[in-house]
This record gives sequence, structure tokens and C-alpha cells, in this order.
Amino acid sequence: MARLNTADHDTIIRVAGLRNAFGEQVVHEGLDLDVKRGEIIGVVGGSGTGKSVLMRSIIGLQPPQAGEIEVFGESMVGLEEYEAKQVRKRWGVLFQGGALFSTLTVAENVQVPIREYYPEVDGQLLDEIAAYKVAMSGLSPEAGPKYPSELSGGMRKRAGLARALSLDPQLLFLDEPTAGLDPIGAAAFDELIKSLQRTLGLTVFLITHDLDTLYAICDRVAVIADKHVIAVGTIPELLALDHPWIQEYFNGPRGRAAADATKRAAAGETGK
Amino acid sequence: MNAPADFQFDQQVLRFQGELTLARIGDLSRRLSALEGVPKTIDLSDVDRIDTVGAWLVHRIARDHDVQVTGADEDVCTLLEQIAAADKPVKIRPDSSPPFIRVLREIGDATSAAAHSLTGLVGFFGATLIATWGLITHPRRFRYNAMARQFEVVGVKALAIIGLMSFLIGIVIAQQGAVQLRQFGAEVFAVNLIGRITLRELGVLMTAIMVAGRSGSAFAAQLGSMKLAEEIDAMRTIGVSPMEALILPRVLATVILMPLLGFYAAVVAIIGGGIFCWVDLDIPPITYIQRIREVVPMTDLWVGLIKAPVFGMLIAMCGCYQGMQVEGNAEQVGLRTTASVVQAIFLVIVLDAVFAVFFSSIGWL
Repeated sequence: MARLNTADHDTIIRVAGLRNAFGEQVVHEGLDLDVKRGEIIGVVGGSGTGKSVLMRSIIGLQPPQAGEIEVFGESMVGLEEYEAKQVRKRWGVLFQGGALFSTLTVAENVQVPIREYYPEVDGQLLDEIAAYKVAMSGLSPEAGPKYPSELSGGMRKRAGLARALSLDPQLLFLDEPTAGLDPIGAAAFDELIKSLQRTLGLTVFLITHDLDTLYAICDRVAVIADKHVIAVGTIPELLALDHPWIQEYFNGPRGRAAADATKRAAAGETGK
Repeated sequence: MNAPADFQFDQQVLRFQGELTLARIGDLSRRLSALEGVPKTIDLSDVDRIDTVGAWLVHRIARDHDVQVTGADEDVCTLLEQIAAADKPVKIRPDSSPPFIRVLREIGDATSAAAHSLTGLVGFFGATLIATWGLITHPRRFRYNAMARQFEVVGVKALAIIGLMSFLIGIVIAQQGAVQLRQFGAEVFAVNLIGRITLRELGVLMTAIMVAGRSGSAFAAQLGSMKLAEEIDAMRTIGVSPMEALILPRVLATVILMPLLGFYAAVVAIIGGGIFCWVDLDIPPITYIQRIREVVPMTDLWVGLIKAPVFGMLIAMCGCYQGMQVEGNAEQVGLRTTASVVQAIFLVIVLDAVFAVFFSSIGWL
């Protein structure tokens, strides 16, 4: 029977005792986090608590001062360039602003990782792959030959997602994918990530401020406060904890509205 | 590691094997296109793994030949459906036209861009004049701090490099002049050469080129990245005029500093030439200075000092104008910065020729 991508480890990302500091300012101190295969983990925390720094540490852009980081069972600290490349082709990263290469069209942006890692793929197939990736990420066909400067913020995010997915990665990093999108676009983006995760068997590391996204697609949520992860769990598990920030976050007016919406959606589905 | 992607084809059944993934696909796509005969069924039951690229290859055959797919589990069926839904005519790059037409269009574009940039520069000059008049009538709006900062960046920090450059140029002029004049036994006239050429031409011209490369480019890059980050738009909405806050301080600072830097460069070049004369031609410094005072007419100094602020104006205007034209992406910042330097140096040299003719015809020889 044909099967989808499967990895060899149950814990895809393991972070232990991470310490990050910029000069005097300590961002992370003794941060631990495990991400399991096939889950969508949401990372939340107040502004400036180092969510993006955590992501940059995991993907190797920010060398940590101390601690262990393992991705796919490989230690990311002090990795040789060749080994790092092998790990990098198994993940995709969507940066906050899309981070598209401004001199290439959207479709050419999607082709960049494939050209880099699989130069043997012939031109026609390369164009076809770029085409369906662009369509899959929810962009209209007209967006393919456009340059990033001609796109709106939402389209840039989708194009960034198409590029992040171009190598069919097992692990996807998303930095605030729905920030700056209109509610309809944001809901469609959530749906897209959920369906991609289901069909491709992806593991998703998702940084977000969007409570609707947390309720709609995240299997578990990790809360960063006081320089480390104070809790990881499903939203009901987190709600049972007695931490003031978590309570305020999920039980504030916005948190409650998102929870109600989820309940209504669930009731609607069972009603059918 | 599983086996690479492969297939077998017999009795109208296309049987895929191994890993149908991007990493293991090899030249499967080419071999599939070279396939003879039309399959009726695609069998996926021997496939170990499949990703979207594998699914795309399967979908491509199924689409072209109306084939039935068997041996796929529920997940793979969903994947195939998603791929089928994503099969849309997406173009990869914008349409390109035939080379001849493209060359013609590029020539036309370049010509109109040059004309546009020149008229734009004239318009920008006008806008700067209007803003300057606004400042003269409302002197309280003048930004002394921004101006002082530009004095430091454009002037003080350039002293070392301009000094070194001029010193060396002075030595080179003295040495080359002495070598040529020695043939006539007239090497003493090297002093005339140094004094007149540095004050009249080279001091200001070399300074202008250095300032264009150092400060004009910096203006373009700074304003360009501010434009990209929407800082300029933010300024306008708050009610701060970018003309007054950003451009005038830069233009005025360059206009005021160019004569000073040009004079400084000429003096340092004369000192450099003097040291060479002392060492090589045995002309003692006292005699050298006396000779300089005798042979360099006062008008030479005026020629240099009159040209300098005009050059400064041109350089700052080109830098600021190009910076303000940045739109869209980061590549533009680089292009505009280069354009500002090229434009500034070109215009400075054209204008220098105009000045040369003008000063000769009014008798300042």
C-alpha cells in the first residue's frame, strides 16, 4: 500500500536548557520544549518574550549560548555545513513578511530550493511543480509570474508558504502566518495549513497571536513567559492551570470570543 | 533507505515501485514521457512512499490518458485529489518578446528614463528652491541639529580620506611635471603647475568625485531605505516635510562644505607637491611658498571656490533625488545609489567644462 511521508522519530524537535541572550538582556533561560511528530504546536507569549528567537534558534539562525537543540534526532548545535544541509532540506520556513526573493517571480521563488537541492530535476517538471505548489497554497494562477513587490501582504504570505512547501518538507515553521490577514483570509489560511498537515503528514511549529488559529488548528499550545516554556498542552489543559498570564490570555474578551466561535462551529458540525 | 522511484509497464498497467518522492525521483519524469503505449491502469500498491511530486507525476498521466488509479489508500487518494485541484495553468515568468523588439524597447525605455530623470531633477531643484525660500521666510523651522549632523558626516569624517588623496595627487603632479619639464631644463615651473592646477581644477574636482562617492551615494541609500520602510510616508502624515527634515539639511550641508573641502584639498595637494619639490628638486619650502604666491593669480582661487558650491548642490541633489525615487524592492536601493553616483560625477564633469569655457572667456586665465 502506498504511504505518505513518515519519519523515524517520534519527537521531531527537542529543545533542552536553551539559553539565549543579547548583551545584558536574557531572552531565554532553561527553556525546554518537545514537539511530536505529526502535531501542530502553537507557540504563544507576550510581545518580546522571544517566540521568533526560539524559532531562529531551532532552525540554526541564532546560535544559542547554552542548551541542546535536536531536530529529526540530529543535534543542531555545532553541526557541520554538509549535515546542516541534509537537515535543512527536510523543513520549510515561512518568515513573518514572507521573505521572498525580490528579483524572482513567485513561481521562480518556489523553484529556488528545488534547484538548490535537486539540480537533476528537469526544467519542465520544475515548472509544473512550481505551478501546482502556487495553486496549492491558494494563490490565483495570475500570481505565478508576478514579482513580490506587485503582491499584497496576504499574497506574499501564501507565496512564502508555497516556497516553504516546495521540498515537501516533514516539518514546517510558520512565524505569525495569519498576522495582517483579513479574517476571511486568515480562516482560509488556517484551513489550508490544517489540510496540508493532514494530507502530507506534516509537523507544524506555529508562532501566533491569533486565538482563532490556536482554537481552530493547534493540537497543543506552548506558552512562553518568564524566559521559558511555562506550560505545554491542549487548550483545556492550559485553562485548568492557575497561571495569571494564561488565564488572562485565554479568558480575556478575545479569548472567550474565539472559544465561543469554536464551540459553535463544533455544534454546527455535529448538527449536520 | 528505500528503493528509488521506478516503474514497470506491461499489458496497459503502469506499476510504480519504490519511493515516489522528490529526493528519489531521479529521471523518472523523462522516462515516463518517453513511454510508448497508453496505460489504462496505474497501480500504486508497490509504492513505499509518495509525496506531492510523485502524486503530480501520477496525476499528469491520469489526466492525459484518462487512467484508473488503483492501490492507493485513503490518504494518497486525498493527496491526488488535492493535486488535481491545484492543477491550474500557472505561468512561471512574465511573457518575453523577440530579441529585436526587446532591444528596441530597452533603447526606448532607457531614453525616456534618461529624459524623465533629467526633468525630474530639474523639478526637484525647483522644489528645493521653494523649500529654501520657505525656510528663509520661516527661519524657526530650520533644523540645526540635522544640519550639524550632516556637517559631521559629509565634512569632518571626509577630511582624512580627502587629505590623503590630495596629498598623493600633489606628489604625482609634481613628479610627472618635473619629469616632463626637465627635458627643457624648466623643472622649476613644476611649482606653477602644482599651484594653478590644484586651486583651479583638481582640488575641487577630486573632492567632488570623493564626495559623490562617499556622501551622494549615502544620501541615496539612506533616503531609499527610508522610503521602502514607509518612514517618509509616516513623516508626511505626521506633518513633517521630508524636504525640510531630510533633503534641505543634506543639500545645504554639502553646498557649504564643498568649497571648504575643495580649498582644503588644494592646500594639502600644494603641501604634497612642495614636499616633492623639496626632496627631488631641492627647492626649499620658503622659496616654494614664495613662488606659489607669485605665480598663482587670485582668480584661480575664485574659480575653484565658485565652482565648489555648485558641484556640491549637484551631488546632493542627485543623491536625494535618486533616493526619493526608490519604490518597490531592495534591489532598487542599489540601482538608485549607483545611478546617483554616476549621474553626479557625469554632471559635475559636464559643468566643469562649461565653467572652464566661461572663466576663460571672461578673462580669468
